[in-house]
Amino acid sequence: MNFQPLWRYQDQLIEGVLITLALTLVAAIVGLVIGVAGAVALRGNFRPARMLVRSYIELFRNTPSLIQIFLIFFVLPSFGLKLPAFESAAVALSLYFGAYSVEIVRAGLDSIPKSQIEAGQCLGLTGWQVFRHIVLPPAMRNVYPAFTSQFVLLLLGTSLASQVAAGELFHVASFIESRTYRSFEVYAAICVIYFALVMAFKALFAVIDATAFRWPRRQ
Amino acid sequence: MALVEIRDVYKKFGHVEVLKGVSLDVAEGEIVTIIGRSGSGKSTLLRCINALETIEGGEIRVEGRQIHAKMPDLRQFRQRVGIVFQAFNLFPHLNVERNVTLAPLLTGGIGKAEARALAEDVLTRVGLADKIDAWPEQLSGGQQQRVAIARCLAMKPHLMLFDEVTSALDPELVGEVLKVMEAMARQGMTMILVTHEMGFARNVANRIVFMHQGRVWEEGPPAELFAHPKTPELKSFIASVK
Repeated sequence: MNFQPLWRYQDQLIEGVLITLALTLVAAIVGLVIGVAGAVALRGNFRPARMLVRSYIELFRNTPSLIQIFLIFFVLPSFGLKLPAFESAAVALSLYFGAYSVEIVRAGLDSIPKSQIEAGQCLGLTGWQVFRHIVLPPAMRNVYPAFTSQFVLLLLGTSLASQVAAGELFHVASFIESRTYRSFEVYAAICVIYFALVMAFKALFAVIDATAFRWPRRQ
Repeated sequence: MALVEIRDVYKKFGHVEVLKGVSLDVAEGEIVTIIGRSGSGKSTLLRCINALETIEGGEIRVEGRQIHAKMPDLRQFRQRVGIVFQAFNLFPHLNVERNVTLAPLLTGGIGKAEARALAEDVLTRVGLADKIDAWPEQLSGGQQQRVAIARCLAMKPHLMLFDEVTSALDPELVGEVLKVMEAMARQGMTMILVTHEMGFARNVANRIVFMHQGRVWEEGPPAELFAHPKTPELKSFIASVK
């Protein structure tokens, strides 16, 4: 076992980590926006919108995300839309994470009793104000654990973007392996890096949990 | 002109007719208590007054204006009608001050500093000034219900609706809520209550309305109504709640 040859590739590894983080954060933020919008559509009265969101969810949750990335990277260009590797992966992972987020956010919104909404309406608030100030905060708290574990899956899933050479951590590892032939050392090293990243996010999520959701839980 | 005019109101849930031609007037400053067995339509009638339920027939007017769920200034109307629910319905993620001031801040164009003063004022009126920074979860049922009343008072309502507000409370906590309501009554607030508290109905209300099978069965001043019920239904109801 010899980790020495890996040190030369420090810069590439750091860049790989940064691209992994960028992919994760972009997909998480865009996916969460999709999640809230999709969940609102699912609970709304407009049937075509509900059917559209439902099909989207089924499509993206029941197919391999690797193929989703491939389709966007290899197939869209034949329709005249050519995206670089990182952008392709970002779009695919956003849609993938969005599909799961819709269901998570919907479960959260469903967990808020109708009486809370009525109480807001009776105070003369608009539909948006009721949603933003009365429904959304406790809803997000209720599904926060589900959201964070989905986030971890997303972070680990960014390794699939290596297959279109998006330059993230796993892609860098393959590159180093092809130069050094140190398979075990390289993959052991990035395994530790992925693990450390997840642990760091878990710590961050705990801090967010403690600051954003300060009200006592219902007994 | 009465503050609230209810004319021949019909309401169905699916195939079940809950209100079958209810008419009722409530004058400014009057305190009207609606009593009756469960399922008689009391709460539904109350919820129709601020358009939480849509009615199938008849009309409801408040301050002369017809009330329905699609009226363009429904929100402005609701800001002037306070409703207190059986289950308090405080917002668990907001502390007492924010519960009370959320709507005034969002709708009334008041600032943060004024909001604090407003919260102190209305919480003092319900005897909970010291709980301004507490979370709803940390309060007893009676305290939560008083915060819910304070939340309505912060909107400076012209009319207050109370939907069985003491029914979910432990017996020893009922009194503190009723005391707050009595004080509001003394200050001239127009109030419509659905309640099972016959003592309160007898002592504070100007008029009792007995509902039965979706209709106003009998109404009158409390002393008279309780002493000389005209219908057998009211007689048996009074006997059952004694």
